[in-house]
Amino acid sequence: MKVLVAVKRVVDYNVKVRPKADGSDVDTANVKMSINPFCEIAVEEAVRLKEKGVVSEIVAVSMGPKQCQEQIRTALALGADRGIQVETDAELQPLAVAKCLKAIVEKEEPQLVILGKQSIDGDNNQTGQMLAALTGMGQGTFASEVNVEDGSVKVTREIDGGLQTVELTLPAVVTTDLRLNEPRYASLPNIMKAKKKPLDTTTPDELGVDIAPRTKTLKVEPPAERQAGIKVADVAELVEKLKSEAKVI
Amino acid sequence: MSILVIAEHDNAELKGATLNTIAAAKAIGGDIDVLVAGSGCGAAAEAAAKAEGVSKVLVADNAAYEHQLAENVAKLVADLGKNYSHVLAPATTTGKNMLPRAAALLDVQPISDIIAVEGPDTFKRPIYAGNVIATVQSSDAIKVASVRTTAFDPVAAEGGSAVVENVDVAEDAAVSKFVGEELAESDRPELTAARVVISGGRGMQNGENFELLYKVADKLGAAVGASRAAVDAGFVPNDMQVGQTGKIVAPDLYVAVGISGAIQHLAGMKDSKVIVAINKDEEAPIFSVADYGLVADLFDAVPELETKL
Repeated sequence: MKVLVAVKRVVDYNVKVRPKADGSDVDTANVKMSINPFCEIAVEEAVRLKEKGVVSEIVAVSMGPKQCQEQIRTALALGADRGIQVETDAELQPLAVAKCLKAIVEKEEPQLVILGKQSIDGDNNQTGQMLAALTGMGQGTFASEVNVEDGSVKVTREIDGGLQTVELTLPAVVTTDLRLNEPRYASLPNIMKAKKKPLDTTTPDELGVDIAPRTKTLKVEPPAERQAGIKVADVAELVEKLKSEAKVI
Repeated sequence: MSILVIAEHDNAELKGATLNTIAAAKAIGGDIDVLVAGSGCGAAAEAAAKAEGVSKVLVADNAAYEHQLAENVAKLVADLGKNYSHVLAPATTTGKNMLPRAAALLDVQPISDIIAVEGPDTFKRPIYAGNVIATVQSSDAIKVASVRTTAFDPVAAEGGSAVVENVDVAEDAAVSKFVGEELAESDRPELTAARVVISGGRGMQNGENFELLYKVADKLGAAVGASRAAVDAGFVPNDMQVGQTGKIVAPDLYVAVGISGAIQHLAGMKDSKVIVAINKDEEAPIFSVADYGLVADLFDAVPELETKL
């Protein structure tokens, strides 16, 4: 069966971002960009399913400016078979991404779509759920275990109280949690090979999707700074301060 | 304006997160209706009717909603949501799972994890792991948003007298099935609702050493949390994880033990009122957000803390 994996280009997770001085946006100029960590886990899961013989083809898709081809190449180096880029310089919100993905799903007809549960820039945690809604598929969000069986997939999900297992009819959408797997590193030969793998480009227009944003960011600002605290000498002083000064115990 | 709040419950009990979400709805203003979708969820619906500020409780009691599978509940929420200006749900795993699906069915771009209401269409929300606060305005006819519960003080659980109305529908999308669940059992308060939270990190070295934290927690009536490092190392189950990818907490007192203070962890706890850090590395980033820092070996400091409380 065929798997579609969506990957996003985001500011690297080690970078501490700052709002621009005018508060219009986050400053991402000259900042290291990477594949979103949750997306990397999605690629890894697809590759593992292929290694198990469950999956025959992995298609990696990303949306955004030309540079997001780098992230598709990363996915190809990790084991995806081919890539699709939806090229646009416009701002893409999760609803627009989900609609583009729906158009691609209709064309490619994958049995499984794997996405990260959220991107570490927008922190929305929406795209997978919205794609599932638009395509009418079942959704296994925040997955920590995925087992494909005959015509269905069993997904163990991380929920607030612990774990929950659901069974979804294929085709289905799965979004990955951190504990699903540990992504491998791409080896140099695989990075070289990835350069030769096919990568098609399309546009939201060609897919017939209206990507007009529905929400507008009026302002971005740093969060309220915490006052610098004090260091206490020992446990006795700590308990004393918590009782008399902070009055929290 | 009229607002539909989706209740968080386990059929028997209404969860506290619902009360925080009603508080966010009050900040928007307008009539507030609460939807309780479940199976045998009469008790939860009654509790919702008593919450302050609720005008009507809609009860969808059907086997299809027993485990609140997103495929079934989202359809119901989208159908009912058409009649409202706002649809809100708590940003719990249940809310995050269901709400975007409902929004897509309504052709609306939802807004996740709101921490403040600036106007009926304008909200504040954290992005980039809480390092940036964005003010966003929605142009959609129906505003669909999940609410970061720790950012809103809960409304009173008693004193309201809302009308309870049955919704006679059953949406079974028949693409998903509940198989089972494994819930971690604990006598301590729920992590997201606790007044005091004590968390351990990689410095705890193993799961048995968390016993030290449990003893302190029992004296303080605290919940016990963990950093992602402690969870990934297998010390404790992942539902204890505090952080961007775990639970967001904002207790009166947060005690971080053997936690360095990575961005991902800070995103989950830096809105706590008082933060205490116990770490032997005085360069640990956690000290830059801690009100009280103690540079000490946790294996000496934590047992001593327990005896002194």
